[in-house]
Amino acid sequence: MARPVASARGVVKRFGEGAPPALDGVDLVVETGRMTGLVGPDGAGKTTLMRMLAGLVDPDAGEIRIEGCTPDEMDRSRIGYMPQRFGLYEDLSVSENLNLYADLRGLAENEREERFAMLLRFTDLARFQQRLAGNLSGGMKQKLGLACALVREPALLLLDEPSVGVDPVSRRELWAMVRELVGEGMGVLWSTAYLDEAEKCDSVYLLNEGGLLYDGPPGDLTGPLEGRVFRIALPEKSRRSTLRRALDDEAVADGTVHGDAVRLLMRKGGDVATVAKPSGADDAKPVPARPRFEDAFVDLLGGGPGGSSDLADAYRDIPPDDTPAIAADGLTKRFGDFTAAHDIRFTVGQGQVFGLLGPNGAGKSTTFKMLCGLLTPTEGSGAVAGYDLRHARAEVRQSLGYMAQKFSLYGDLSVRQNLDFFAGAYGLGGRRAREAIGQAIETFHLQRYLGQNAGGLPLGFKQRLALACAVLHQPPVIFLDEPTSGVDPIVRREFWTHINGLVERGVSVLVTTHFMEEAEYCDRIALIYRSEQIATGTPDELKAMAGDGDATMEDAFIALIEASDARREAA
Amino acid sequence: MKAASSLRRLRAMMVKETRQILRDPSAFLIAFVLPMTLLFLMGFGVNLDASKTRTGLSLQDDGAAAQSLAGAYAGSRYFDIRAVGSVRQLRERMVAGDIRAIIVIPPDFSRDTARGGGTIQVITDGSVPNMAAFIAAYSEGVRATWEASRAADAGRQPTPPIALSARFWFNPELASRNFLVPGSIAVVMTMIGSLLTALVVAREWERGTMEAIMATPVRMGELLVSKVLPYLALGLGSMALCAVVAVTVFGVPFRGSVGALIVISTIYLYPALCLGLFISAAFKNQFVASQVALLTAFLPTMLLSGWIFEISSMPAWLQGLTYAVPARYLIPQLLTVFLAGDDWLLFLPNMAVLFGFGSLLLFLCIRATRRRIA
Repeated sequence: MARPVASARGVVKRFGEGAPPALDGVDLVVETGRMTGLVGPDGAGKTTLMRMLAGLVDPDAGEIRIEGCTPDEMDRSRIGYMPQRFGLYEDLSVSENLNLYADLRGLAENEREERFAMLLRFTDLARFQQRLAGNLSGGMKQKLGLACALVREPALLLLDEPSVGVDPVSRRELWAMVRELVGEGMGVLWSTAYLDEAEKCDSVYLLNEGGLLYDGPPGDLTGPLEGRVFRIALPEKSRRSTLRRALDDEAVADGTVHGDAVRLLMRKGGDVATVAKPSGADDAKPVPARPRFEDAFVDLLGGGPGGSSDLADAYRDIPPDDTPAIAADGLTKRFGDFTAAHDIRFTVGQGQVFGLLGPNGAGKSTTFKMLCGLLTPTEGSGAVAGYDLRHARAEVRQSLGYMAQKFSLYGDLSVRQNLDFFAGAYGLGGRRAREAIGQAIETFHLQRYLGQNAGGLPLGFKQRLALACAVLHQPPVIFLDEPTSGVDPIVRREFWTHINGLVERGVSVLVTTHFMEEAEYCDRIALIYRSEQIATGTPDELKAMAGDGDATMEDAFIALIEASDARREAA
Repeated sequence: MKAASSLRRLRAMMVKETRQILRDPSAFLIAFVLPMTLLFLMGFGVNLDASKTRTGLSLQDDGAAAQSLAGAYAGSRYFDIRAVGSVRQLRERMVAGDIRAIIVIPPDFSRDTARGGGTIQVITDGSVPNMAAFIAAYSEGVRATWEASRAADAGRQPTPPIALSARFWFNPELASRNFLVPGSIAVVMTMIGSLLTALVVAREWERGTMEAIMATPVRMGELLVSKVLPYLALGLGSMALCAVVAVTVFGVPFRGSVGALIVISTIYLYPALCLGLFISAAFKNQFVASQVALLTAFLPTMLLSGWIFEISSMPAWLQGLTYAVPARYLIPQLLTVFLAGDDWLLFLPNMAVLFGFGSLLLFLCIRATRRRIA
């Protein structure tokens, strides 16, 4: 029978005077035998709530109960807590980490052998007991972190974003393991920024900006959207313009490019038949699609942004050209014995979006840096906007706009100073710089933040500013490195509205991501895994490679990775 | 049962800490490489004793007395007369850095001396104040010796009837190495106690391991002790290495007892370790913690402990400040145990002060270390 093991009632937390509350009157109950999800974008308050339940942060108001006790009275050996970076000592081995946590949680010596054997089998780490935790892969670290949290069977298991940056295979394995624990009667709280994980939970708490948007089974949230979600398959050329027009339509609440189709969420009472179709595609039929948690989230927030981009409207037209905008021809990078990227080859035609998809550490960023001229390839060659990477690096850099991971703004400079700096760095001066900056401020609504330091901006504005800085000089090619990690879906849609608009102007885009939803925006994708390019094609071609007609991007990714591992083992 | 599990947690944490020390190259660097570098630098490289000073002589009188005094300077072991000429010429040489001082024997010197007077002028380079002071003193010494010997030649009593004869005890050769080398042990222990400890705790905050540890049943007191004891041992080990090298390689005398040295060092490490823990508990970031540790522990130990710069020659307000520097109470103990011997009358009051510092810092530390993240 389900039994509550932890609860929060009306908890409020504020960091600093006058700051908006990190948590604002949140209620939550974790029960045994159910997978409870704590879902929301970065900065929603998930980690703060997790830490409160672990007794590491005191609420300003409201109360926390763990098995009926306050955090000060509770028996800490009854809680298993895995913080975001797993809490492992990287210079200790797998078994030393396990022993440390076993001692700290008071696991008796005579129970140890059996428990360790079980955990090592469960996490498949038995072969690596002597390896230092720092030398494990991301997925293995995650499993060891879980094992340390489980070393003495807890009543409550708290997992703070356990799946961030880990490859989908490890992610799925971890999910299956935790599912098993739930079945044994443990109370589990799993926090995540991936909305697709929310769909698999038994019960979900959806947080946004410190407030609770929804709690209950995820199906109750997506159910009412049944019949409002459609896919319209369209040829590549007309997808973006159709989406733009659809999003400007009152009847449409939200929409995305989804592989070879446009996916639309209609407003209540909106008729999909009225959505304008591109000329020559009048016979394209809207097909009903299954509503997803992300649709429900956007709907709760009142729908996504419009489809037109002020940025794209003010952008120059890139003259059409037959030479590929980006070409990678057998790019290879070795650091000593280690091959970070091996024989990467693809071309991106003008006005296309090309994605590099893969888990952290697979070689995406290395490929990216070679194409930016920041790393010299060990072998192979490449070109950007027709300029050779080996001989014309300065021209390469001048013709691309680069938005780095985590936005790489100067946190201690104001918004205005950041814009001035990047204008100068891209060689804009005088009137051209003033115009470009004025335009950026207007397009991205930065006026009220101009004097504020970039480091203190809300995440969504940081991302806007980073995009603004990257395109000040109106480059023909844009490189985006993990551009929308952790931001909420509205901000992500707004971002892609700008990118789609620029692509219509003839801009070419290279994007890295480990985010499956984002991969759907790409015209073509290269899958990078363990430094190798294991598959290349349109999103739908990759899904077809996975075999199943209804496969998601993640299914495709996992199937392709497993096939690659099988080949590797056979070799 | 409770005590047993507490002991087990403590043991586990200390084993973990020790393994990390053994595997972490930066711990080895700070505990062994840095002390040896410092010791060899202080033992071989730095010398605070004045040797022969390059000097210019402007002899403007050709009388016998003037010639004789010039001869005395030329023959002195403290001066190396490099140039002779007018003050104007010598001034250029001083600007160029060829010479450090100018001795001027004025035109009427011989006549005035015959009347029982006679003055000379010594011009020194004030931009090197330490050396200027040395030179002024030495040149006065040469002149006084010259005058005394002239008086003796003439069969008269030397003018100052009381002769001053200095004897330096405990460091008869006045070798600066003999106090620089033992004193550097204070710097080494400060680095390990405060800087290294601050870094390792801040690193646990940065890597998120502190968060995971604090969510276990471990008590905050156990956490503190598990950080203090391994680094106390490391500090003592490094001290022992320094002491052995000081005596064997640099020939620094060791007149006290090993026991006293260990007690002195242990009591000094108490405030040093607590300061390191307090810094990291307050800042939780390796970069900031290292800056604060350098500023509050390392620099005062270098500059305000009386090790290199004598406290009695500092301005009064700065002298007041030195009372707040723990190393000020360690340096006299270290010098005594090396150069003089065990003197518990000197040790005990200094130890009492250090113990007081340690207890105050421990109190602050316990207050700052809460099982909370924000």
